[in-house]
Amino acid sequence: MYYLFDGTYLGFLCCVFESFERKEFPITPLVHTDYQIALFAETRTIVTDNRKALRVQKGLQKRVGNVEAMDFYRAFLSEDRKAWLASFFILHQIFNGRADIRQHYGNDQVLYFSQILKKVSRERHRMKAFIRFSKSSDGLYFALVEPDFNVLPLISDFFRKRYADMPWLIYDMKRKYGLLSDMRQVGEVHLSLKEVQGAAAPSIAIALDERDELFQHLWKHYYTSTNIEARKNMKLHLQHVPRRYWKYLVEKK
Amino acid sequence: MLRIEEKLKILADAAKYDVSCSSSGSTRKNKGGVGDASASGICHTYTEDGRCVSLLKILLTNHCIYDCAFCVSRKSNDVKRAAFTVEEVVDLTMNFYRRNYIEGLFLSSGIFKDADFTMERMLRIVKKLRQEERYNGYIHLKTIPGASEELIKEAGLYVDRMSINLELPTEAGLKLVAPEKDHESVKKPLAFVKDQIASFKEEKKLIKHTPIFVPAGQSTQMVIGATPENDFEIMQVAHDFYKNYKLKRVYYSGYIPINNSNSLLPQIGSAPPLVRENRLYQTDWLLRFYGFQLDEILNPQHIHLDLDIDPKLSWALRNPHFFPVDVNTADFNAIIRIPGIGRQSALKIVQARKFGRLHIYQLQKMGIAYNRAKYFLQCVDTPFILGSPSMEHVRHAILSAGTRHNQRKVVAGQLTLF
Ligand code: SF4
Repeated sequence: MYYLFDGTYLGFLCCVFESFERKEFPITPLVHTDYQIALFAETRTIVTDNRKALRVQKGLQKRVGNVEAMDFYRAFLSEDRKAWLASFFILHQIFNGRADIRQHYGNDQVLYFSQILKKVSRERHRMKAFIRFSKSSDGLYFALVEPDFNVLPLISDFFRKRYADMPWLIYDMKRKYGLLSDMRQVGEVHLSLKEVQGAAAPSIAIALDERDELFQHLWKHYYTSTNIEARKNMKLHLQHVPRRYWKYLVEKK
Repeated sequence: MLRIEEKLKILADAAKYDVSCSSSGSTRKNKGGVGDASASGICHTYTEDGRCVSLLKILLTNHCIYDCAFCVSRKSNDVKRAAFTVEEVVDLTMNFYRRNYIEGLFLSSGIFKDADFTMERMLRIVKKLRQEERYNGYIHLKTIPGASEELIKEAGLYVDRMSINLELPTEAGLKLVAPEKDHESVKKPLAFVKDQIASFKEEKKLIKHTPIFVPAGQSTQMVIGATPENDFEIMQVAHDFYKNYKLKRVYYSGYIPINNSNSLLPQIGSAPPLVRENRLYQTDWLLRFYGFQLDEILNPQHIHLDLDIDPKLSWALRNPHFFPVDVNTADFNAIIRIPGIGRQSALKIVQARKFGRLHIYQLQKMGIAYNRAKYFLQCVDTPFILGSPSMEHVRHAILSAGTRHNQRKVVAGQLTLF
């Protein structure tokens, strides 16, 4: 049985709710727009209801604590359907009284879940590291990214605290939304197609601060100077900075 | 006047032989300005040699009145000299930091005029960053041997980490290549800062508003392979320094030949001892996080680390009576001693076995290096072998099964350590 929901985490939690309510298990949660749904498969459309979602979230927090409850949100942001399935399995176990199921690493689903969490956390860490701001002439620091997973919600706090005294924008080119901070709060922004195209070629669309190019240039210089040729090890280098990140890294461009 | 670009090139180039680039261990928060510390540190990029780039690592100047033979900045070396102004360092740091290029600044310097003159200039930079720019990002300051305690103490109020390098592992080695220097001038400030850290902590218990003092602690670095110390001597020194000065890290830096003028040092063209360096880091790790005692790994009978295999495997092969370890019953501290199993996998094993005794196929999936570990562990379906294989045989099997794999491991090992 496929459960079709709206792609939000609240919607996902509602799938959990409905599955218990209707005693339907196992089910496969999918988003409306997923194309991999088999043609004749049995499906049920799940309507997102915030109160139901909240009940699941509260129940989960009560059973495993707030920190571990967050893990399911993190796994959800992987957008990986197999991870969603594993989450579902684990959530069922937890609500059936096995709150310690997460330690059962001998089980494939549990192991997969822990591996996906690790990947999401690595991507989150990479975004903290690899984001490169450019400064526009009106003082906005902006950066474009294409993370493997939908990790912007997981880095918002980090950037808010660190760059509290300057306005900044981090835009996910793949998922077409961004985080914008005006020094008081961080909000989600969705740019129009035209604005996005502008951002993709910022040098044309956004006027840069007169010294921005200088610092990009100096950074590239620094990066080259700090390398030790006698220790060169490209394999290790690529392991740390995979090619897919290069196009947004000043020093690798 | 040199252009800023050229200064950066010279002064970054001269600073890069200090291998530390860690930005971890501080707790500094952003109080109404810009920047904070990330507890576990962040590498913002990696050089082509695979090392972490976390901090803007520069010298204030490469002018130096000393003539240490192992150092590019030594007085007699024919290199271009440059010096940053206080404003230039501040400007670079702030602009790199705001663009998220770096976690902070690593500032060190050649000694021009005298120790205090140099130290005073460095102090002005860190003060300006903290007070005028309201910058709360990471600062690592390499203190100048011989600087006065007042200056060091004041700097400690602004920086996150301090370091002062031993340079050569032993006094004898140091005397060979840098007769003007001695270990005493390193030990004294290390001890002074250690005591200050302790007394600030004491005071903090009584008075809440006590400022933080060098919150990320102290570190030091030794150059490896320039002078003839063996691994046992090196690790003994490291061990003493961890203990006596409560260091956060000791760094081992494989010597990279920079000139042929001193016949005592390895000459240009000889490869830096990267594998050995890695083995030392692995040993350091085993001592600090795996519950090993130094004499289990190195002692008067074993003064060299095996370059072909890592020190844990090497220990295991010398201690067959410890194995096999039954992963279904042994405690955590025994499991982490199995070659091919790290702390994280060991934790998984201990948790997972509560749900039923573990089989080979489960272990294989948990991310352990099973092909290596299998000789040393036991689980439910471990095949029973009549007369356990000799350790010589095991060593051979592991080496020939994974020659290429092992070599990759050598390299991969470094990344977790820097
Ligand atoms: S004092 Fe420091 S900078 Fe000067 S030559 Fe010796 S090691 Fe190099």
